Amino acid sequence: MIQARTTSSDETAALAAAVAELAGAGDLIVLSGDLGAGKTAFAKGFGAALGVSEPITSPTFTLVREYVGRMKLYHLDVYRLEQIEEALDLGLAELLDDDAVTLIEWGDAILPALPPDYLEVRLELGESDDDRVIEVSLIGRAWAARSVVVGRALQRWSSC
Amino acid sequence: MSPDVISADAPILGIETSCDETAAALVCGGRTVLSSVVSSQVDLHARFGGVVPEIASRAHLDLIIPIVAESVVSSGLSDSDIAAVGATYGPGLVGSLLVGVSAGKALALAWGVPFVAVNHLEAHLYASLLEDPDLEFPLVVLLVSGGHTMIVRMDGPGVYEILGQTLDDAAGEAFDKVARFLGLGYPGGPAIDRLAMSGDPAAINFPRAMLDDGYDFSFSGLKTSVINWVRKHPEVEAVDVAASFQQAVVDVLVAKARRAAHDTGARGLAIGGGVAANSQLRESFLDVCVRDDIRGFLPSREMCTDNAAMVAAAAWYRLNLDGPSPLDTGAFPNLALA
Repeated sequence: MIQARTTSSDETAALAAAVAELAGAGDLIVLSGDLGAGKTAFAKGFGAALGVSEPITSPTFTLVREYVGRMKLYHLDVYRLEQIEEALDLGLAELLDDDAVTLIEWGDAILPALPPDYLEVRLELGESDDDRVIEVSLIGRAWAARSVVVGRALQRWSSC
Repeated sequence: MSPDVISADAPILGIETSCDETAAALVCGGRTVLSSVVSSQVDLHARFGGVVPEIASRAHLDLIIPIVAESVVSSGLSDSDIAAVGATYGPGLVGSLLVGVSAGKALALAWGVPFVAVNHLEAHLYASLLEDPDLEFPLVVLLVSGGHTMIVRMDGPGVYEILGQTLDDAAGEAFDKVARFLGLGYPGGPAIDRLAMSGDPAAINFPRAMLDDGYDFSFSGLKTSVINWVRKHPEVEAVDVAASFQQAVVDVLVAKARRAAHDTGARGLAIGGGVAANSQLRESFLDVCVRDDIRGFLPSREMCTDNAAMVAAAAWYRLNLDGPSPLDTGAFPNLALA
């Protein structure tokens, strides 16, 4: 696990952009953490770095939003999903099969429905208002193999 | 289809199932409401703190036929009088939308009448015209709900331009999320509205994001500010947090709608969507219309929230503008207004 710290939502967006730079088609990134911890800021920074020009708005209402940048981006919010079957109804497997990178907010609830490989980004509130502690975990073999690249990309914000 | 094929006072059945309301209505000529039936699923979703998609689509499935039947019976018409069927095909939850679209297409096919796919956001724009047919164009409409926050300039039926919209969370979503954080339950809007009545709206000066900057909105940061404030001041009264949060949202919504109406030379200012049922918003909105001497229109609470009368009205205009929609029309969860 890589622990990073940011001190503003702009910085959280910059960290997300660094993650987006190394993301490829088929990658899944799961965002978790408290309400107000910066998942929106992360998603915006991530989308902008992928070259998405329209605003990345909350997917809470329709659950899935699709954007096109240098590759396709699916942005999901499973805040309202209570059951695994619902995650399956979203066609998650089909989304991941597509030539796209997928960003899921509030992924904890559907962890059992996720594939073996994904990058988990947990955002937590820090000590002062704008501080955030961001824990990045590489889940599965494919991500583990990329640990050096990810570590280097996040070096600016890592504490050690 | 040309306007002479569908008569000016033709009764149209409207069907709405985009989120958590199952609704059907009969409206003549896009203006006269003969019946409007809404069955809310709020109780079903309350214990989950929000709409649960799978539960929503199953409930729509159980309710759609009885609701349509009730709307026809209470209109005093019979099936054979219905000239067309309109159903919301987006935006919304895909499973929920599919129930209404499928029912609408099946009824249109069985009755041998045109089917019209209706954009839910466009339907909200017609809600004001349904209750106040004298509203004059150009009209600026502030549309605020759990899924949308936008300012639209309407120059006539089918002619509109989005002036601004939210860059992150919808206003209603901010209400829901703050209510959830405060432990007030779902739906968050009415809960905060009630609590705010006994609180001080000036107790906490929450940020008014992008207040003087264009017509776009941002509510995600406000939610974060509320959370930070409560963490730092655990002794704060929930009524004051609710009132101050609500005031911050209302200030931004009203200021931008007012400026849009002024800048575009609108002859009227209307409001729509579920958040338009908020008492503080209604009060501030009317206050501004009086001060600016602009014709303001606040639809009834029933017409602000999701209903099928506005869908039937939009279907009438769409049918006259574009003709019927094909029977292979599907559901479009992220359908845009323009």
